[in-house]
Amino acid sequence: MKHLDAAAHTRGESAYVDDVRPPTGMLYAQVFPSPVPHGEILALDVEAARNAPGVVAVLTAADIPGENQIGPIIRDEPLLAEDEVHFAGQPVAVVVAERPEQARKARRHIQIKIHEKPAITDPRQAFSAGEIIDQPQTFEIGDVDSVWANCDVIVEGSCDIGGQEHVYLETQRARAEPLEGHHLRIASSTQSPTAVQKTVAAILELPSHAVEVDVKRLGGGFGGKEDQATAWSCLAALAAHHTGQPVELVLDRADDVLMTGKRHPYLSDFKLGLSQDGDILAYEAWHYQNSGAAADLSTPVRDRTLFHSTNAYRVPNARLMAVCCRTNLPPNTAFRGFGGPQGMFVIESALAKAAETMGVPRETLQRKNLLQDGDVFPYGQRAEAARAVATWDAAVSDFDLPAIGDRVAAFNREAGALRRGFSVMPICFGISFTATHLNQASALVHIYTDGSVSVSTGGVEMGQGLSTNMASIAARAFGIRPTRIKVESTNTTRTANMSASAASAQTLLNGNATLLAVGQIVERLKRHVATKLGDANPSNVEIVDEQVLLDGSETGWTWERLVLTAYFDRIGLSAHGFFRTPDVWFDPQRRKGRPFAYHVYGTAITEVTVDCLRGTYEVDAVRIVHDMGRPINETVDLGQVEGGLAQGLGWMTMEDLRYSAEGKILSGALATYKVPDVYFMPDDLEVKFLADADNPLGPFHSKAVGEPPLMYGIGVFFALRQAMRAFHGRDVAFDAPLTPERVLMALHGDRVTELHRQAGLSAADVSAADVPVLVD
Amino acid sequence: MAVTRFLLNDRQISTAQPPGLLVLDYLRHHQRQPGTKEGCKEGDCGACTVLIGELDGEVVCYRPVTSCLMPIGELEGRHLVTIEGLNLPELTPVQQAIVDQGASQCGFCTPGIVVSLTGLLMAADARVDRTTVKQALSGHLCRCTGYRSLKVAGDVAAAAVGKRTGVEALVADGRLPAYFLDAPARLRQIHSDSAAEEGAAAAAVVNVADDGTHPAMIIAGGTDLYVQRGDDVPDAEVEVLNLASEMRQLMRGIERWDGHLRVGALTTFEEFGEHPEVQRWIPEIADYMFLIASWQIRNRATLGGNVINASPIGDMTVLLLALQSQLVLRRGDTDRTVPMGSFYRGYKVLDKAPDEILTNILIPDVDAQTRIGWEKVSKRKCLDIATVNCAGRIRVEDDRVVEAGLAVGGVAPIPLELTATRDHLLGQPIDRSTIEGALAVAQTEIAPISDVRGSADYKRLLTRQLMVALFTGMFPDQLSVVEFIGPVPGASAA
Ligand SMILES: Cc1cc2nc3c(=O)[nH]c(=O)nc-3n(C[C@H](O)[C@H](O)[C@H](O)COP(=O)(O)OP(=O)(O)OC[C@H]3O[C@@H](n4cnc5c(N)ncnc54)[C@H](O)[C@@H]3O)c2cc1C
Ligand code: FES
Ligand code: FES
Repeated sequence: MKHLDAAAHTRGESAYVDDVRPPTGMLYAQVFPSPVPHGEILALDVEAARNAPGVVAVLTAADIPGENQIGPIIRDEPLLAEDEVHFAGQPVAVVVAERPEQARKARRHIQIKIHEKPAITDPRQAFSAGEIIDQPQTFEIGDVDSVWANCDVIVEGSCDIGGQEHVYLETQRARAEPLEGHHLRIASSTQSPTAVQKTVAAILELPSHAVEVDVKRLGGGFGGKEDQATAWSCLAALAAHHTGQPVELVLDRADDVLMTGKRHPYLSDFKLGLSQDGDILAYEAWHYQNSGAAADLSTPVRDRTLFHSTNAYRVPNARLMAVCCRTNLPPNTAFRGFGGPQGMFVIESALAKAAETMGVPRETLQRKNLLQDGDVFPYGQRAEAARAVATWDAAVSDFDLPAIGDRVAAFNREAGALRRGFSVMPICFGISFTATHLNQASALVHIYTDGSVSVSTGGVEMGQGLSTNMASIAARAFGIRPTRIKVESTNTTRTANMSASAASAQTLLNGNATLLAVGQIVERLKRHVATKLGDANPSNVEIVDEQVLLDGSETGWTWERLVLTAYFDRIGLSAHGFFRTPDVWFDPQRRKGRPFAYHVYGTAITEVTVDCLRGTYEVDAVRIVHDMGRPINETVDLGQVEGGLAQGLGWMTMEDLRYSAEGKILSGALATYKVPDVYFMPDDLEVKFLADADNPLGPFHSKAVGEPPLMYGIGVFFALRQAMRAFHGRDVAFDAPLTPERVLMALHGDRVTELHRQAGLSAADVSAADVPVLVD
Repeated sequence: MAVTRFLLNDRQISTAQPPGLLVLDYLRHHQRQPGTKEGCKEGDCGACTVLIGELDGEVVCYRPVTSCLMPIGELEGRHLVTIEGLNLPELTPVQQAIVDQGASQCGFCTPGIVVSLTGLLMAADARVDRTTVKQALSGHLCRCTGYRSLKVAGDVAAAAVGKRTGVEALVADGRLPAYFLDAPARLRQIHSDSAAEEGAAAAAVVNVADDGTHPAMIIAGGTDLYVQRGDDVPDAEVEVLNLASEMRQLMRGIERWDGHLRVGALTTFEEFGEHPEVQRWIPEIADYMFLIASWQIRNRATLGGNVINASPIGDMTVLLLALQSQLVLRRGDTDRTVPMGSFYRGYKVLDKAPDEILTNILIPDVDAQTRIGWEKVSKRKCLDIATVNCAGRIRVEDDRVVEAGLAVGGVAPIPLELTATRDHLLGQPIDRSTIEGALAVAQTEIAPISDVRGSADYKRLLTRQLMVALFTGMFPDQLSVVEFIGPVPGASAA
């Protein structure tokens, strides 16, 4: 089955929020952001903007009838700034006009006077200043302190891990329409319709049922619309509430990059102890998360860093600490992997350092310590159906790692400016929301009398193919053609209390809920037809390919006849299915439990070439063996693996978020923030799904696929590092992204003093030139 | 009110909207054709890609461009094709291949990609293979797929079409709507209608005053102007240079002329790179073009715009500067010629009056003893602005450098001609010691600052490395890269 929406996508007929024909009288809103990262608002003058052509309203915090609060977990984030601003780009006012360009121009007339305060952008500095969110969290297993003495090798080091802008191609947007009785309907590009509903209701002091949120599809989300879509819906709703007219708010790219949070940058320290034979004995990690100016989802992101700090390795003694540090950047948020990638990067760095110290290949240490069934994660869960070794070994043999090693070594023996490197990157990612209560979902299924089927779930279609999977699952469970199924928009009036479409758990949760709903109707239909077939036993009835079978033989009953007769017999043709993931729990006090329904495993082999003259590089090949369970839809799943990989590669290489020392974004446009393009991604890209990989919990034995593949991208860092070391044999810092700048400075930075001398520069000249400036 | 007349898919349009209005905004907000998407409004994502068809003799040639950087004034007498205009009752080969390969996920990038891939197939003698498929995808960001499926979709669509490319064959085979066949005649009709109405629609949107002076907003390709001043252009009085005016004729074309190659200022990057004469002079021009912008942008960006925009990092500017080019500037009927080396006076300060128009660029002849080289490094290899770029033109006679031009970008407020470094080279043999000396002199001429593209120290180092690449590339027989990248004696790792 193809992606359900794909044909309409290729024809340009798929409607995103603002593609829908505008209702009459629609107004357009634009947000006025704080120009500085930190300060006290002394004066805000919106009069001139109010009088600008076409302007209908300019709204500020004072215009919020309910509570001025959008923090999803910790209530520390106003919708519109009141007395203080905490990041450059923080919304301060919203301008509403008859035309979008009028709103854009009018906002230039807003005057704000701010008493600027020093901004913090470094998480360690925030930590020292006591600027933390929640309390530091620690996961522990075994007894690290006493084991250090038994270690033959101990390595220590630090990592500096960059953030990542989501660059969903469709920027944030929402449309709010006033309905009778002060109710509102909101079309939003959100991964979390319920969060939008609840927050809009609170802002406007309405009951939740007064706010209907509808989501047809997203032009990409990747976590960036899990929580951060809420504010824009709220502002559109606020404007609709005040003007009584429909209001559309679309952030342009510059505003989107300026105002929204990103993947969290981390500064981390590690200490790893091993035996002479290379067994990991003890591991400690300290993660300083750069959370930005408000909590947003930083605390669960921090927790997932801890959950994945040991990646796919058996670590008998560990102490893992992470802390959310409040800085003056936009509130950082969910991004595919949700803190997991940062945790994994650190242990991969530690293993690289250990291998270099011990003089063994990194792969030897990695392979030796891969998880096996029965090994215990630091959070207390036991590894079951662990496929770390299976995917590793399959990758090594299918892609012939020894031959890759020989090829790279042979290439590097030929002198010249090019060096090659490779890496192996195993992953292990837990599936479920780590906040156990979120692991619930419901689905509503109707059959109409002509036999067509409507399915509504709480999952959002954001390109990941959820609708396609839901249609496949419903069709398979009914025994009918997928073309009979329509997957509806995600709507709060059809599905209440949804969890966000996140944590890679949507097919698991919504697919199972759909199965439960379908199952109820199928049961009723079987009982109905059994009575018609001479009081047969309903359990001997099956529906296969739209035909009713009794004891495996045809009965002449078609799906359409079955449905129609059931209707006349007054059999309910609708059902609501509710699913909760069984056997998941986590005790936040003890920090132990079984938080994940299961884990996804896989292994990637990455090859690169570094141009050691220019500091540039190419990714030559990435080859992956991925544990997909039994895929529901191979094409859709393959697309998730490849797309996740591309984002991971980008995060580790070119995706370089830069802020000035004062906390203003320097890479605020696609001209300055680069993501992988067609030439960056290797032509040599191969993904194999691990064979015979059952997964009883997944619908039809499928496995979640959204997030895990991103972490294959981490491999490119270590492949590049290996190539660089092949050139000069020196250490390379664990600082990501490994941009061409970092590569060249690591290869030839020792030349810079000589260049300064040649240029006749004084020390003062050098440091003056070192302060980054914003240029166009 | 000036009127712009053009074809939008199968409809003839006559609009009085301001000529500076963006094609993208016109489509989405005025025509309610939402298939064309806005992803960045800076030319960087390709979601807004449309085809522009222009009469070329009997036929119409179609090129993909980013509608987010193009003024509607320029549509006069042209054919604007959007995704809506490519649809047939059934999916086209490009659309079907994308569906089959799973090459569309969220779908936001998809319409633009369909337009570019279709554009590739619409040239009658199209070379369609992996290389050109990738070129057609070069201006598109897709954040969902990782591109493999898109590349395969392009291959599959190309295979389905085979040699039957070009508008006529595609229409005959039911792969393109039939209305395309009428486009040449309809465009000719628009041209003759305009000409018949004295004053002509074209002239009406060109705001040249009686004394021949020009308004402040002069638009060539618009690829810099809209990025920098997008909000202001639609309301401003603009002059769209790319209209069928006399001025335009003067500013187009490439030819040998009086010891020079004359390159019209309105020559696009793509036209420059594809021109046989240019390819003869600069044999590696195709390799350079690969590292410059994207297909859509190269179809719009002009050499003149690059020179006048005066970005310290302009790729063509640095090349033309090293080639010792001259600029022909016109005001009213008066031309004057300025050497490029003295044109840049400070950050975006030019030896040019506000209403002077750059009409032509004159590149002095090269001969067999002249070597040309160009280097660029950016954070992303393709479709990215250089961190540092450099170019050289060196003539060697009897083993001595007799003429040299060197330029480097990204390390000064202006595109920088390295005159002291050039002087160092003159009269010297090309060998390691000459080059080491030149590298040292170059360090005294540059003054990089730290910004989003890199630190000052990195740019210093990169300047050295790229000059090594430049010289070793131009003189592979005399120089070898490895001589220049060994460890620094006595230095410790940074
Ligand atoms: C996505 C993207 C990628 C890019 N990549 C690159 C790249 O790789 N390398 C690179 O060098 N540049 C790049 N650019 C920048 C830009 O495309 C070039 O500088 C281009 O040459 C500008 O030409 P234009 O015709 O579009 O100029 P316009 O935007 O039309 O004009 C630029 C300025 O010059 C003036 N002007 C233009 N022509 C004349 C004339 N003949 N006489 C007098 N004044 C004139 C205009 O008034 C305006 O002020 C990129 C731009 C984008 C949007
Ligand atoms: S909108 Fe991104 S290129 Fe035009
Ligand atoms: S399919 Fe989502 S950006 Fe390409």
